[in-house]
Amino acid sequence: MRPFPLFAAMACMTLAAGQSARAAAADPTDPGLVTRGQYLARLADCEACHTAPGGPSFAGGRAFALPGMGTLYASNITPDAQNGIGAWSDEQFVRAVREGVSPGWKHLYPAMPYQDYARMTPDEVRAIRAYLATVKPVARRPPENKVRFPFSIRAVMIGWNLFNGPASSYPDDPARSAAWNRGRWLVEGPGHCAECHSPRNLTMGVSQSHTYAGAVTAGWMAYNLSSDLHDGLGSWSDDALSAYLTTGHADGHGTAAGPMAEVISYSLRFMTPSDRMAMITYLRSLTPQSSAPSRDASREQASVTLAQGAALFAGACAGCHLTTGAGRQVDFATITGAHSLKDPDGHNLIQVMLEGSRLETDQGAINMPRFGAGYSDQDLADIAAYTLVTLGKTQPAFNENAVRDGRQRSE
Amino acid sequence: MRLPVTAPTSRRHFLTAATGLVVAGLLPRHRAFGRPSEFYQGPLVGETKSPFAPNAYIRIAPSRVAGDSGITLILPNVEMGQGIYTGAVTLIAEELEVEPDQVNLEAAPPDDAYVAADMGTQATGGSTSTIFEWTTLRQAGAAARLMLVQAAAGQWGCPVSDCTTRQGQVFHTPSGRSIAYADLAADAAKLSPPKDIPLKTAKDWTLIGRSRHRLDSRAKVEGQPLFGIDIRVPDMKHATVAACPVMGGTVGGIDRDAALRTPGVHAVLMIDNAVCVVADHYWAAKKGLDALAVTWNEGTNASVDTQRIYRELHDGLSEPKPVVAKSTSDATAAMARAATRYEATYQQPLLAHSPMEPVNCAIHIRPDGADVWVGTQVPMWARDSVADIAGLPKNRVQLHCQYIGGGFGRRLEYEYVTQAAQFAKQVPYPLKIVWSREEDLTLDRFRPAYVDHVRAGLDARGRIESMEFRVIGPAVVARWEPAGLSPDGFDEDLAAAISITPYTWPASRLDYVRREAPGVVTAWWRGVGGTRGLFVVESFIDELALRAGADPVAYRRELIREQPRARVVLDLAAEKSGWGTPLPKGHGRGVAVQFLFGSYLGTVIEVDMTEPAQVRIVHVTVAVDCGQPVNPDQIRAQIEGGMIFGLGTALFNEITLSNGRVQEDNFNLWRIMRMNEAPPVDIHIVASTETPGGIGETGTAAAAPALANAIAAASGRRLRTLPLLPGLESA
Amino acid sequence: MLTVRINDTDYQTDVTPDTPLLWVLRDVLGLTGTKFGCGIAECGACTVHVDGKAVRACSLPVGLLNGRPVTTIEGIGSDPLGQAVQMAWMEIDVVQCGYCQPGQIMSAIALLRDNPHPTDADIDAAMSGNICRCGTYLRIRQAIHNAAGLIT
Repeated sequence: MRPFPLFAAMACMTLAAGQSARAAAADPTDPGLVTRGQYLARLADCEACHTAPGGPSFAGGRAFALPGMGTLYASNITPDAQNGIGAWSDEQFVRAVREGVSPGWKHLYPAMPYQDYARMTPDEVRAIRAYLATVKPVARRPPENKVRFPFSIRAVMIGWNLFNGPASSYPDDPARSAAWNRGRWLVEGPGHCAECHSPRNLTMGVSQSHTYAGAVTAGWMAYNLSSDLHDGLGSWSDDALSAYLTTGHADGHGTAAGPMAEVISYSLRFMTPSDRMAMITYLRSLTPQSSAPSRDASREQASVTLAQGAALFAGACAGCHLTTGAGRQVDFATITGAHSLKDPDGHNLIQVMLEGSRLETDQGAINMPRFGAGYSDQDLADIAAYTLVTLGKTQPAFNENAVRDGRQRSE
Repeated sequence: MRLPVTAPTSRRHFLTAATGLVVAGLLPRHRAFGRPSEFYQGPLVGETKSPFAPNAYIRIAPSRVAGDSGITLILPNVEMGQGIYTGAVTLIAEELEVEPDQVNLEAAPPDDAYVAADMGTQATGGSTSTIFEWTTLRQAGAAARLMLVQAAAGQWGCPVSDCTTRQGQVFHTPSGRSIAYADLAADAAKLSPPKDIPLKTAKDWTLIGRSRHRLDSRAKVEGQPLFGIDIRVPDMKHATVAACPVMGGTVGGIDRDAALRTPGVHAVLMIDNAVCVVADHYWAAKKGLDALAVTWNEGTNASVDTQRIYRELHDGLSEPKPVVAKSTSDATAAMARAATRYEATYQQPLLAHSPMEPVNCAIHIRPDGADVWVGTQVPMWARDSVADIAGLPKNRVQLHCQYIGGGFGRRLEYEYVTQAAQFAKQVPYPLKIVWSREEDLTLDRFRPAYVDHVRAGLDARGRIESMEFRVIGPAVVARWEPAGLSPDGFDEDLAAAISITPYTWPASRLDYVRREAPGVVTAWWRGVGGTRGLFVVESFIDELALRAGADPVAYRRELIREQPRARVVLDLAAEKSGWGTPLPKGHGRGVAVQFLFGSYLGTVIEVDMTEPAQVRIVHVTVAVDCGQPVNPDQIRAQIEGGMIFGLGTALFNEITLSNGRVQEDNFNLWRIMRMNEAPPVDIHIVASTETPGGIGETGTAAAAPALANAIAAASGRRLRTLPLLPGLESA
Repeated sequence: MLTVRINDTDYQTDVTPDTPLLWVLRDVLGLTGTKFGCGIAECGACTVHVDGKAVRACSLPVGLLNGRPVTTIEGIGSDPLGQAVQMAWMEIDVVQCGYCQPGQIMSAIALLRDNPHPTDADIDAAMSGNICRCGTYLRIRQAIHNAAGLIT
C-alpha cells in the first residue's frame, strides 16, 4: 500500500471492464507514432503509477491511500481487452486522459492528473495510445477501489471539476522563447509537476496560480521549485539541475528519493537534452516564492539522543553514506548538501528511512533499503536528528512522534 | 570474458576431489593470491591409497610430497566457527603424538562410522561435539600410536619399551634412531588394533588444556575458498531460487520469456513450490528471477499472522489435558499446602538463524551418480535426500562437506539440499544455487515461539516448596527425528533448564501443551531448549528473589546448595563482577546461573538505563566450569560470541508474519548486534578435571535472562516478553 | 566490454554495467574471498578497496568503477599494512566461522590507512557497518589495536 494525497500526480482510476465501445486503435504499426507515444508516455510518467510493485509494467494494481477518501488502485492500461484498455477506442482514451471521463461516463478520480494532461493535444494523447497498444497485454485485474461515501459516487467529481476542472492545451506565448513555451508545456502539462510541488486550495485542487512553493504530501516534501535563492532552485546551477533531471543526483544537492526518485526513474531521465533545457528555462522563470514555514508548532520539544543516533548511523547507514555523508560506493549515496538535510522537520529524511527509495539509473537500480520495521520511532528520530545536526548543520524540530506519524502514513 | 591469466582446470584434480574432498585449513602454503583461483576443490594431499587406516579418524600414507607428514585426520563434526576442527585435532594429536599443524584435515564423509549415538544420525549440534569426541578421538589417536610403535619395534627388533614417540615419529631411545609415521604405515597396517588402549593422564598432556591457535585462522584470514558458496567446478552454472513466500503455496504464473531474455540467463526451472533461474553468474540469475514476476497460489496459510500464532500459544494456558512430562509424586500436594503462590507468564518469539553465509548448495546429478558440495550439519540425511530425488543408490552420491559460514542450527535442516536436487536433476551440468538474503531469511526454518507459565508454591518465608511449569509450543523433534518424541508426546529438549538444572526443587511438575505454529516450519536454534528454558526459569527465580526481598545471588546460592560446581561459578561471577558494590544512577546488574550441555555458567550483566527506553550493556562477566578445558582460548571465544549473539537476539529480534509472509527479509529489518553495541565480556574459566561439557551454546542461553534481570534491577521493569526493546518502548 | 583492474591486473568482462562488482569478482573471475552477505550494503561481508577506500562490492555497479583500481582480500596480503592486519587477526584468533572476516579485514585496513592509531570510538565508527554473526567484535577491535602497534 502506498499512501498518496488526493489529486497528486497519480493513477488513472478507471474501471475498464465490459466496455462495449468498439476499439478503434491508432495504428500501432506506425513506428514514428509509437516512438513519439513512448516519449510522451514517459514525459507523462504513466508507468510509475500504473505498475504495482514487482508487477508487470502498465498492468495497474498499485494502491494509493487517499486520506479520508479510501484506497484507489491504478488501472490496467495494457492492451488486454478484458482487463486493460484494449477494447477502448482512441477517442475514449483521449477523453479519459484529457477530461477524466472514461467509457461509460465514469468520472475518473483526479488522482489521475487529467487536468494537467489536458495541456497535451488530442494527437499527442493518441500517440500515447499507439505506444500503449504495443506493450505486453497483461490479463490481470486490479483490485476494486475502496472509496468512502460521498466520493464513492463518481458524479461528485463533476462538481469538483467545476472548480478545478480540466484546462485545455493553450497557445504559446509569443513574448517568450520557444524553449520557455516548451518548458511550460512540459512542466504544466505531461510533467504535472504542480500536483506535488504546489500547495493545494480548499477543495484539494492544486492552486491555479501554481506557486511551486513546495508542499508536503503523505509525509514527503516536494520542494520549492521557484527561483527563490534560499528556498527554491535559485542557488542551483544549470549543470546541477541538468544532472539532477538526468540522473537523479547532483553534486552538492543529494539524490532524488521517494516519489521524486520514481519520477526520475520512469520519466525525467528520458528527456531529450533540448527538453531538459526547456524545462530548466521555464523553471528559472517561476516567480520566487518563500516556502511556507514548515515547522509544526504542535509537536513537542525535540527529545532525541545524538549519541545514540551516531551509533545507529555508524551501523545501519554508514555502509552506504560513510559517517561523513559522502557516498561510499556510488555518488548516488552522497547526501551532503541535500535539501532534506536542511529541513528542520526532517520530512523526507524520516520518510526515506521508513520507506526506502529506489532510483533507476543507466547502471541499474540504486536502492536505499527501508528501515521502518527494524527500528523504533526513537531510534529513527535519533538517527535523523544526528544526520541533520552533523551533516546538515540544522537543528531538528521533531521528535519520535514525527516518526510515528510518518510510519502510520506508510503503513 | 577474457582472462589474462589462464588457469587451466585440472580434470584430474576435479575427479580426485570428487571422490573425497580434502579440506583446507592447515595448509597455508598452497595458494597463490591476487589471481583468479583455479577451480577449487581444496588442496589435495595426493591420491595414494592409504595403507594404514586404523580407524575412521586417522589415515597415514607414505608421503610423496616434501613437507607433508602423510598423516590425515578425518574430522567427524563439521566446522562452522565453533573451532571443533582445532579441538578434534588436539584430541587426536595429543595421543597420536603429532603436532597439530603437521597433519592434513578431511571432513568426514557421510558414513555410519561417524554416527553419534545420542544424535541418531551423523550430526553436529547441541554442543555435543567435544563431549562425543573427548574419549573417541583420544582413543583413536592412542590406538594408532600403539600400532606405529609396534611396527617400529618390529623393524628395529627391539621391545616396544625402547620406543618413544613425538612429532609424528617413533624414536629408538637407546640408539637415537627414528622413523617417521608415514614410513611405518605399511607395516602398521598389517597389525591388529590393540584391545587395551591406555590414555595419557592429565599431567602428561602437552596439547589439551592449553590455548592453541585455531587451525583454520590463516585460511579464513586470507579469504581462501573454504565455504560451500565458494565452490567452483568445471561447467558449473550459477542459479538462484524463489520459493512461495507463503508456506505450502505453489507456483502460479511466471513470465518465462522475460527471464530468458535477461542477458546471461540459460534456463528457468520449476518445481511445485519454487522457481530457479540458471545463469552465467548470480546477478544475471537474480535479474532473471525478478523478470519472472512470479505469481503464487498462496494456499490456506495466506491468512496466518504472528498474532494468531501467539494467540494459539496463549490458548494453551487453559488446556485441561496437557502432557505431564515430569512430576514428583508430591507436586500437587505441595502446591496445595503452600502459604502463598506466585505465577508468571513468559513469551518468546520466532527467530531466524541468519548466518552470514546465505543458504547454498552446489550439486551435479548425472545418470550414474551425483556430487554434492554443501555445508551441512547432517551429511547423511542430506546425501540420502539427494539419492532419493535423483533415484540413485546412496553409494553413488558423494557429499563433500564444506566449511559452514555460521550454522546456529540452520544447517541441521537439509531441505535446501533436497530443493537443489530437484532442480539439478533437470539439467546435465553442475549447478550452484545461492539463495538471496531475502530468501534465506524469509524461507528459514524458525526457532519456535513459546509461551511458558510458571507457578511457585512458597512457604511463609518466601522459600520455594513446589514449582509448576507449563511449556506451550511446537515439538521440533517430532519433525526432525520423530523417534525422539516420547511415547506420550513430549520433546525432551523442552525440559532443558527446567528439569535439567542446578536447582533442587523440593517438588515440581512440568507439563506440556503442544501447539505447532501455523504457516512456518520450526527448527533448532543456537542453545536449543536451554536458550528457551533459561530465560523463563532465571527470570522467574529473579522475580521470586526480589519478591522475597532477597539478593538475587544469595537467593540462588541457597537454591543450588547441593551443586558445588554451580555455586563456584555463581560466586566467581558475582565476585568478578563486583556484585553488591555501588553502581551509578540508572545502572543495574542482573544474574543468571545455569547447567546446560554439561557445563556450568554464572553470568552477571550490568546495564545503563539512564535513557529509559534504551539499554546500554556496560559489561558482562561469565564464570564457567565446562569440565576439563581442551582449548581455553576457544572456550572464551565461544562464550564471547555466543553471548553477543544472544544479547542482540534478546534485544532486537522477532520474526513476524503478515498474510502468511515473513516480514523481516534483510539486515535492514532483521537487526544484528553491531560492534558499537557489543559489550566487553570477561570470562573466568574454573580449573576442572571433570569430563568436558559443551560450550558453543552456553553464552547464548545466558544472555536473555541475565539481561532481563539487569533491566529489572536498573529500571524496576520486569520484561517477560522477548525481544526486550519493544517492551521498553511501549512504556 | 568493460575493463576492470583488480589486484594490479586488468580484466575485460562483458557483463552488463549494472552487475555489482561482487559478482564479477566471485562468479566471473573466481575471486571468492569477497563474500556475499546481504546484497544491500548492510553487512559489509563484501568489502573491498576501490582506490584504497573500503566499499561494499555488492552495491557498486561495475559500470560505475570508471577505471578505479580494486583490491580484494586475495591481493591485500602483498601490502605491508594488509599483512600486518592479517597477522594481528591470526595472532589472537579472531575468526570463528570466518565468513565475514575478509570484509572485516578490508574495512580495518582502510581504517588504519587513514588513521594509523585509532581509538575504540574510531574503530567502532568505522567497523560497525560490518556484521559478524559469530560475535567476534571484541577480538576484531583488539586486533586492530594490535595491528596499529605494528605500524611504525
